[in-house]
Amino acid sequence: MQNEVNQSASSLANDDIGTENRLELYRLQVEIRNAEQRAYDLFLQNLVKGTSHLSLGQEAIAAGVAVAMEPNDLSFCTYRGHAHTLARGVPSEQVLGELMQKDNGLMRGKGGSMHLTSVEHGVMGSYAIIGAHLPIACGAAWRAQYRGDKDVSVCFFGDGTTNIGAFHEALNFAVIWKLPVVFVCENNLYMEYTPISEVTAVEHPAADRACAYGLESIVIDGNDADIVYRTMKTAFDKAREGGGPSLIEALTYRHSGHSRADPAKYRPEGELEKWKERDPIKIYRERLAQFGISEEQIKEIEENSMKRIDEATEKCKAAPIPPEDILATDVYADGGWAWRN
Amino acid sequence: MAELTYREAVARGIAQEMERDNDVVFLGEDVAAAGGVFKATEGLIDKFGPLRVRDTPISEQAILGAAMGAAMTGLKPIAEIMFSDFIAVCFDYIANEFPKSRYMTNGQVKCPLVVRTGNGGGSRFGAQHSQSVENWAMMIPGLKVVAPSSPSDVVGLLAASVRDPDPVIFFEHKSLYATKGEVPDGEIVDQLGTAKIVRQGKDATILALALMVPRALEAAEKLSNEAGIDCEVIDVRSLVPLDMQTILTSVAKTGRLYTVEENPRLCGWGAEITSIIADEAFYDLDGPLIRITTPHIPLPAADNLEDLALPSVDRIFAKIQTTMN
Repeated sequence: MQNEVNQSASSLANDDIGTENRLELYRLQVEIRNAEQRAYDLFLQNLVKGTSHLSLGQEAIAAGVAVAMEPNDLSFCTYRGHAHTLARGVPSEQVLGELMQKDNGLMRGKGGSMHLTSVEHGVMGSYAIIGAHLPIACGAAWRAQYRGDKDVSVCFFGDGTTNIGAFHEALNFAVIWKLPVVFVCENNLYMEYTPISEVTAVEHPAADRACAYGLESIVIDGNDADIVYRTMKTAFDKAREGGGPSLIEALTYRHSGHSRADPAKYRPEGELEKWKERDPIKIYRERLAQFGISEEQIKEIEENSMKRIDEATEKCKAAPIPPEDILATDVYADGGWAWRN
Repeated sequence: MAELTYREAVARGIAQEMERDNDVVFLGEDVAAAGGVFKATEGLIDKFGPLRVRDTPISEQAILGAAMGAAMTGLKPIAEIMFSDFIAVCFDYIANEFPKSRYMTNGQVKCPLVVRTGNGGGSRFGAQHSQSVENWAMMIPGLKVVAPSSPSDVVGLLAASVRDPDPVIFFEHKSLYATKGEVPDGEIVDQLGTAKIVRQGKDATILALALMVPRALEAAEKLSNEAGIDCEVIDVRSLVPLDMQTILTSVAKTGRLYTVEENPRLCGWGAEITSIIADEAFYDLDGPLIRITTPHIPLPAADNLEDLALPSVDRIFAKIQTTMN
């Protein structure tokens, strides 16, 4: 953690990030916060169906990674993927529409909250089987390597994923093939309902495994978007130059339960409050002020975002449900579902 | 025309497609330098180099996941899972990832890949390296499922699978690798979803797949010679898409249907086909629909016991002879 504190302090003296990126980092974090909070409110109104897994409190990671990405880079997300999808520029209306299982949703209600995908934005899917997408991200990176494409694949996952086999298979695979892929572990301290420390042999579930694959052990403050951005820039440069994969463990905390069904009563008293003092949006709001961004500019970002989310909410409420004729489309490439003649 | 073994046909089919299209890449355990544990991919690394023909660690999830990531971003990978029993350790990709990606993304994600795998019994390898598991793949919406019985079908159906825009699970039968057959010269591209009538007959229809095709044919000859029963034998070849029209037409002619299935009995492919026949061709039938399968047991290693478990020529003959009379 000492290293993180130093990085945080040095960010004041060093404006390597630039005003434009800083404003974008804040705008994305606010947009994610507002959209996630709205998703929660709509769930309480029974307008968000099924399940949903929010990233409240974890916004700095999605934002920091996205701003460091090039447009052609690819994102592979988990079922907790609203944040990463929004961060790549997917309109909140399409995300909320999918959560509300409306026809204006990203996948017209056929995927739902856990499978947000927008190929045109480089969001190559949100995967709800723990660990499945790490090898898939390796495959996309293999394609880039094989064809000489310059894009990098980013794979987000939680601390719980580090205990499943696919995590280890993918890391080994990415290293031996030197693939341009960056693995981002969001360590929010809990695998679903259980503290990760109770079910993991090492203190840092991702970083302490890095040495087994010849990778550098990297733990960062995942609540500071500047640190996330800088760390990712380094990892992207390495990947693009043919230096192979990186594994980054970003420490963070989710302000809500695992999913909508979870009130998170297993948390020790005071833990949430302690982490809320390190709320990434609070941290970044102060950062902007330190860099001379005016209160008016900050408020304008916040108000514009809320306006967009309000408009998106109304559009989603008014949107039709998916038509029945899409029930059996796109099972096969011919557009249909025919399995026999 | 050349005589090739079934295993040589695998390499020829892969080579044909790799020569045609640079996007076709091939990965798996021991497939490159070693030429495959069944020697079905020998010479490919020399022809296409180590960037297109790649050895992997023993990481079945990484193999299939990498194939999917490459497929969804533009390549046409062929992945080998050495023994089809091992599909169980990477079943997530077969069951949840390949087949659902297009549907749940409303058509955004494409997954054009082929998983080749050595399927079936007869090698005395015991329960974990011998099972016939084509029904594991058949039950999943979004997959296509192919199982060739002859060298020329291996080349043509493998080519069709590589060119197909959907994920295809391609079951090669281990006990057929050494068998030989004539394969036409030049490019061969067959069509998925087409069954083949391999013997014409008028009294009964026998459906078979992969290793069961030569056994069904031999039984049919015996039935003709020794019992005067003239069977039509259909090589189903492709479980998904399923060529029901060829089967329905044959049953309309013969009035009798037998399936010869190597998979253990419960939920074998023949169960689905016989249920369709019961639905759609009931009044064409002159007798019960009969499935000849491996019993619902794991496979033993001992040769006499394994032979007893798998449908044999004698068992097919006896079952058809007694039930036709």
